[in-house]
Amino acid sequence: MNNPSAAATSSSTFKGYRAIEQKVKGSLNGRKRAESRFVIFGIGAVTVAVSLVFILFASVISKGFPAFWQTQIELDIYFSPEVVQVEPPPVESNFESPAEYVNSRQKWVNSLGFVNFNALMVDAVAKHIPEAADSPRSAIALITSGERFALRDYVAEDPSIIGKTVRLSLLTDANVDVWLKGNIDRSLPDEQQQLSATTRQWADQLYEKGVIKNKFSTALFMNPDSRSSLAAAGLAGAFMGSLFMMIIVILLAVPIGVASAIYLEEFAPKNKWTDLIEVNINNLAAVPSIVFGLLGAAVFILWFKLPLSAPVVGGLVLTLMTLPTVIIATRSTLKAIPPSIREGAMAVGASKVQAITDHVLPLALPGILTATIIGVAQALGETAPLLLIGMSAFVASIPSTPFDQATALPVQIYLWQGNELRNFFEGRTSAAIMVLLGLLLTLNSIAVVLRKKLETRW
Amino acid sequence: MNSVLVVIVLLALTVVAYQLGLARSRKLERASVKSLVSGAADRLHSRPSYHGWLAVLRAAVPALFVYIAWSIFGDQIIGSLVLAQIPADQLPSDPLQQKVLLQKLNNLATGFGIVGDALPFEQEAAAYMAKVSAQGNAVAFAVMAASAALGLFWSWKNTGYQTRARNEVERAIQIGLIICSAVAIFTTVGIVLSMLGEAIEFFKVVNPADFFFGTVWNPAFATSGAGSTDGFGMLPLLAGTLLISAIAMAVAIPIGLMSAIFMAEYASAATRAWAKPVIEILAGIPTIVYGFFALVTVGPFLVDLGNVLGIDIRATSALTAGLVMGIMIIPFISSLSDDIITQVPRAMRDGSLALGATKSETTVKVVLPAALPGIVGAILLAVSRAIGETMIVVLAAGNSPVLTANPFEAVSTVTVSIVNQLTGDQDFSSAQSLVAFALGLTLFVMTLVLNVVALVVVRRYREQYE
Repeated sequence: MNNPSAAATSSSTFKGYRAIEQKVKGSLNGRKRAESRFVIFGIGAVTVAVSLVFILFASVISKGFPAFWQTQIELDIYFSPEVVQVEPPPVESNFESPAEYVNSRQKWVNSLGFVNFNALMVDAVAKHIPEAADSPRSAIALITSGERFALRDYVAEDPSIIGKTVRLSLLTDANVDVWLKGNIDRSLPDEQQQLSATTRQWADQLYEKGVIKNKFSTALFMNPDSRSSLAAAGLAGAFMGSLFMMIIVILLAVPIGVASAIYLEEFAPKNKWTDLIEVNINNLAAVPSIVFGLLGAAVFILWFKLPLSAPVVGGLVLTLMTLPTVIIATRSTLKAIPPSIREGAMAVGASKVQAITDHVLPLALPGILTATIIGVAQALGETAPLLLIGMSAFVASIPSTPFDQATALPVQIYLWQGNELRNFFEGRTSAAIMVLLGLLLTLNSIAVVLRKKLETRW
Repeated sequence: MNSVLVVIVLLALTVVAYQLGLARSRKLERASVKSLVSGAADRLHSRPSYHGWLAVLRAAVPALFVYIAWSIFGDQIIGSLVLAQIPADQLPSDPLQQKVLLQKLNNLATGFGIVGDALPFEQEAAAYMAKVSAQGNAVAFAVMAASAALGLFWSWKNTGYQTRARNEVERAIQIGLIICSAVAIFTTVGIVLSMLGEAIEFFKVVNPADFFFGTVWNPAFATSGAGSTDGFGMLPLLAGTLLISAIAMAVAIPIGLMSAIFMAEYASAATRAWAKPVIEILAGIPTIVYGFFALVTVGPFLVDLGNVLGIDIRATSALTAGLVMGIMIIPFISSLSDDIITQVPRAMRDGSLALGATKSETTVKVVLPAALPGIVGAILLAVSRAIGETMIVVLAAGNSPVLTANPFEAVSTVTVSIVNQLTGDQDFSSAQSLVAFALGLTLFVMTLVLNVVALVVVRRYREQYE
């Protein structure tokens, strides 16, 4: 280092280093602040996302939970023979055809429909509130209108009940439920209240006496939808509709989906055609669900003339919609199974089909089960395509075959949220949502547990 | 025919055929073992169970096809035969009433009976129907039995040492698999053909230019004027769709992307383990639930907020729908981006950190640029999802098809209009219904382009780092 110019260079380099070091040190605080800002943004984003989940659930549960309890009135109904005047029910004889028996039985049940069952209920209310006998209109407004059909069905089932007194728990009118639960502003003037002043006063009296109680109600689960008797509207019809559709989805989407996944993953030669199938399946998975509804409306209803609103059409549409999901999930399971399994089987003389049926498929079973559940969960929550094939029609009966008219759980939610009696149906809809979310959470947790228990890590 | 009985017979046939093939080939196998001992080897080509399955394929499958064909077309054949038999003056001309008459005759023919007395011609026709359907069933059954017997006989004759039973069974399995994977293709073809067919019907009535560039959407009004074809302009719907999607993406991209980055780069394994599944719950919630949430919780909240801030916000507006749709899309963006960010090779991060960059600088300047194509793909997929979303906008967008860029106003979208046009009482052949298919086709093409571009981008990106 006796060359002065070299020494000068090295000292200037050194000065350069010093300058850089100072610059770095000077900027360090700012950079550290930027770092912590970034982390805070990250934490903030996660917090917002997580709290949105909780807000959503809290909003639904706080509204829906109380709706599982409904106000019910406990009455001693006297099936007075003076009011219930009917002939004895027809007996099936050997001389008439089955059609004639069904007809005369129907006529008898219809004649029961003319009985003034409301009078029985008014009499029973009058035991607690004597004035009720004088204004039966205000008394009958306490009880939901569907209960007179319930009384008719009691008699139709067992005519010997006539002349006896039975203690029955009847659902109150939806407006009484709203009034007693405080879901309507009690200080509103009369003309804005749904119930007359007398009925409101009686409802309060009976509630204090303990004749009307807020009890857990099975109506939500056991009854089909109803428009005339809102308090008795239930999910049973929609549940059966959804069940039929899910059975169809499982019977069709799973075998077809698994088969095409096996073909694409194990057999298909790599060429333009299989490339096309692959792009096509990936694209189908991202096609909006409503497009499948249009497909169903055009193909199944317009061309094949299948019935409107039938679970069989809904099941077919949902099958087509979930097929790509099942195929993609099954393929990724098959992909995860190492080639050595197939090679080992083939090395000892198995054919390709044998290697797959005897070795690959048993190993892929947990993955296929998970794929099935994911597909079913997707299909169970879907609404839009079902609206287009007429499943938003009002159906007041429980379907007994997949060809009957029906709705589905999400469609029932859609129908209920639009009901005019918002004070009552906001809770009812939220309760229905809780049922649907409960089913979906159960399905998904089964999938998670299965995956954890059965999955092999290679 | 009684379908339960037929299923039982077919199952029995399957068992018989399988056992037959099995027994035949076992016998041959035993003989071959003996001959192996004596020296003249003649070995069975396929395992006995394959011979069994081959026999099933030959005997039971044709019978099954005959049964399926008969149960689809049988009733129609019988119905048309019976109708041809009824005197012309008694035959109702309306096809619906013909159906009712057939049902009545069927009740008579099966012995269930009808209420009241049957007319003489009805009794005659019912007797004829009973005869024809008995004959038809007998013929169908005979054909089934014959094909089954033929199949069994064929298997019996044809089970030899050289029968390549395994190859034939495996070929049948492969054909079955190919048919199943063709279902997905047929679905796409079905979507395109059905929508194109109905949309062309629509464009025969309404000028395509009026549809694609019209600024007035009011098809319900058009029903009142006879033959009127005004009010089919889709621009207000498209504008509403894009406005809501833009709001949704403005919510979902920052939250989704930031939480993906945090999860992938910063969060401890324990945080990841609970936060990721919780966020993904959002992806599993049905859209109708989001719609209800928007309607009863978010909408009123926004109205209150607007009152505080002095802005007029409608409860059902583009903002309500967009916000909630954004919440729905968060997990979509976050889990896709998370996958992509974790795929960026470790070495790139290490290199940047070794040079003295902070973690956030590494993330923003090294990891994100490397992951950008994948993230763009994820966002495109999310946009396609937002455009096609239906239930949230049906409930919360306010259904008012006006051309506006104000997010506080009620709007309508393409999907809402599809639902509105097809859930009314119109018949399927009116322009008011057909327009739904034209809208659907537009929607399908839009999402198709987005999806294909996104898939290509994501695939390119994967190849880059694999």
